[in-house]
Amino acid sequence: MVSRELKEKFAEVEWGDSHGQEVVRLGRDQLIEFCKAAFEAGFEVLADVTAVDWDRTRQPRFDLVINLLSMQHRRRLRVMVGIPDGDPVAPSLVPIWPGANFGEREVYDMFGITFEGHPDLTRILMPDDWEGYPLRKDFEVGAVPVQFKASHQVN
Amino acid sequence: MTDQTVDKPEVEEVDLWVSGTEESEWDTYSTDEGAQKMRLEETGPRLTEQLGSVVTDDYDLDDIVTEDERMIINMGPQHPSTHGVLRLQLELEGEMIRRSKSVIGYLHTGMEKTAETLTFLQGPTNVTRMDYLAPLHNELCFSLAVERLLDIEVPPRAAVIRILMTELNRIASHLVAMATNGMDIGALSIMTYGFRDREQILAFFEKTTGLRLNHNYIRPGGVAADLPVGWRADVTDICDTITRRLVDYEDMLKENPIWTGRTRGVGVITADECRAYGITGPTLRASGVAWDLRKAFPYSGIEQYEFEVPVGEHGDVYDRYRIRIEEILQSVSILRQAAAAMPKGDFRIDDRKITPPPRHRIDESMEALIHHFKIFTEGFRVPAGETYVAIESPRGELGCYLVADGSGKPWRMHTRAPSFYNLQALPIMMADSVVADTIATIASLDPVMGDVDR
Amino acid sequence: MSVRRTAPTNVLTSTVDKAARWAQTRSMFPATFGLACCAIEMMATGAPHNDLARFGMEVFRASPRQADLMIVAGRVSQKMAPVLRQVYDQMPDPKWVISMGACASTGGMFNNYALVQGVDQIVPVDIYVPGCPPGPQGLMHGILTLHDRIMAGKA
Repeated sequence: MVSRELKEKFAEVEWGDSHGQEVVRLGRDQLIEFCKAAFEAGFEVLADVTAVDWDRTRQPRFDLVINLLSMQHRRRLRVMVGIPDGDPVAPSLVPIWPGANFGEREVYDMFGITFEGHPDLTRILMPDDWEGYPLRKDFEVGAVPVQFKASHQVN
Repeated sequence: MTDQTVDKPEVEEVDLWVSGTEESEWDTYSTDEGAQKMRLEETGPRLTEQLGSVVTDDYDLDDIVTEDERMIINMGPQHPSTHGVLRLQLELEGEMIRRSKSVIGYLHTGMEKTAETLTFLQGPTNVTRMDYLAPLHNELCFSLAVERLLDIEVPPRAAVIRILMTELNRIASHLVAMATNGMDIGALSIMTYGFRDREQILAFFEKTTGLRLNHNYIRPGGVAADLPVGWRADVTDICDTITRRLVDYEDMLKENPIWTGRTRGVGVITADECRAYGITGPTLRASGVAWDLRKAFPYSGIEQYEFEVPVGEHGDVYDRYRIRIEEILQSVSILRQAAAAMPKGDFRIDDRKITPPPRHRIDESMEALIHHFKIFTEGFRVPAGETYVAIESPRGELGCYLVADGSGKPWRMHTRAPSFYNLQALPIMMADSVVADTIATIASLDPVMGDVDR
Repeated sequence: MSVRRTAPTNVLTSTVDKAARWAQTRSMFPATFGLACCAIEMMATGAPHNDLARFGMEVFRASPRQADLMIVAGRVSQKMAPVLRQVYDQMPDPKWVISMGACASTGGMFNNYALVQGVDQIVPVDIYVPGCPPGPQGLMHGILTLHDRIMAGKA
């Protein structure tokens, strides 16, 4: 079985279960080693890489979430890595899965987390000279106040 | 010369608006993306990425650097054949493409940020506009994620209705793919045929959901309304018409020497490269990998229907086109089985904390009124947790990563868009081909820019 | 946007004016500016069921130099705005703009940082077509209204 080998090799990390899906929580320094082992163990496809901003409700502030998929064994695995606010750097997974390229650029664009070892870390969705990282919780939605005809407010 | 006063005729100046003279702050913006620009002398990892060769290295770097017939052209965001607002920078050597770099973000709508301000019931309206050719798939993915966090099961009738609608949507989406694929390569009549058949499906959608596109029909807890009277005749009619007409389209394209000449051996990608880049959907299946999420991780009761997964061999544009046609036929077969097996019952779950009560009950019962009020103002609460649900959309693996924090709005909603990851295949597929093949390749990849940029 | 008058008006020039306006409405070439979901409905308007060719508008010109109507179909993001302005400036006179759909007219349901809240902040708009997406009949009503306005000399 795929995950049992991994579990034995990495017995000291936090393995969990979220609504029937296997989730493992790692530290930043263990990420590359774990991902290489997961790739060897059969997770040959990186389905998705994204991040969550927990703002002040939790430390570390960001969670880097990597969804792995194994087509040969029909399994999924989720890897979560905590990224602190003062040092938002993570190792890049592009050397292992080249498909992480666009996903990591999107995380950099939206959250400001830089990836060491990424071939071309530039903004991908926002214009190049945009300031700020939109999906962070302290970035306002940017809603324009809409005044309806029937309302009595005056600008 | 001295001034001579000449009698000028009466000039009647009319107050006209003349273009180009009004003040616009957008005049000063340049469309030049600094870091995104492809440079003639590119080195290191950026060069490797633009060459697109990862698994098989078939370039000699000296060969590229010392040529002086190189030119970088820009297939800008406004282009009739880029399937939306995709910008491609190509480095050409004569007519051959050596490097390519795609620039996206021209349709970025901030949907993931908007999702954090909408309740879970309003979520499908937002998500449905991502992949606008298969809107019901987006809604289904989001609803499945919410239902998994809520730990509820929809009634059997709702599950079968969902499969019916999403398979109809798959047929509609593949018809557009076939139509635009044909139009880009030059078979203009296919465009009219594809859209003509789509009209029948869209008319059925309008009857059932109220809208032709972006329906907001599949919601957490079930579907928004029951199927209309006479739906079975409509669906059977659609199935029969599509099956009959597909024979004509096959006759037009399958053995056509111009079509095969322009699509065979073009835009090739191997199975290893597909897996390395996370490419799923018809592109992956055309390269020989029999991976379909409807068979691997079934959802919404689709495992009870018998259907096959078409698999190609060569991984070129022709195989992808054939696979889409075959998938239309397989979807027609699923539709017939679903229409025959439709159970009776509720079209949404009975839990009044999640789905609103029927309108007439609001006049009769105080509790129904309170439930209605709470659902439409505050929204229903979802217990804290996170999950990732993936379904098979016409473009590949469409996933939704949802994080809830116990309130009525999601804390984070992220969509794993298939077209976003599929676009990474473009440099590989376009390597060492001619410019005309670029169009065919992009059309066969079938990207939807709403999905890519979100 | 009618014929510029620099001579005294009399019945002869007004007939020429009217003939010019009639010619402008009967063969308007739209420029392809389909961005998002509204683009699909625009294509469906050109499709056989709701035929746009009967108004002489089936040919969607790819080059803005050869077009005189720009149908902004879809949501305009911050990155796309300068491109929109550039394409509009490249169109020769006389030209008209139809803002199709809710996102092009006002920003639609996406009142956030990423979209321009209404295309009329960038280009002058003649007709706004509401809807999300408008549907072929709605778009055709907008186009025919534009034709009527041109014939009446108001646009």
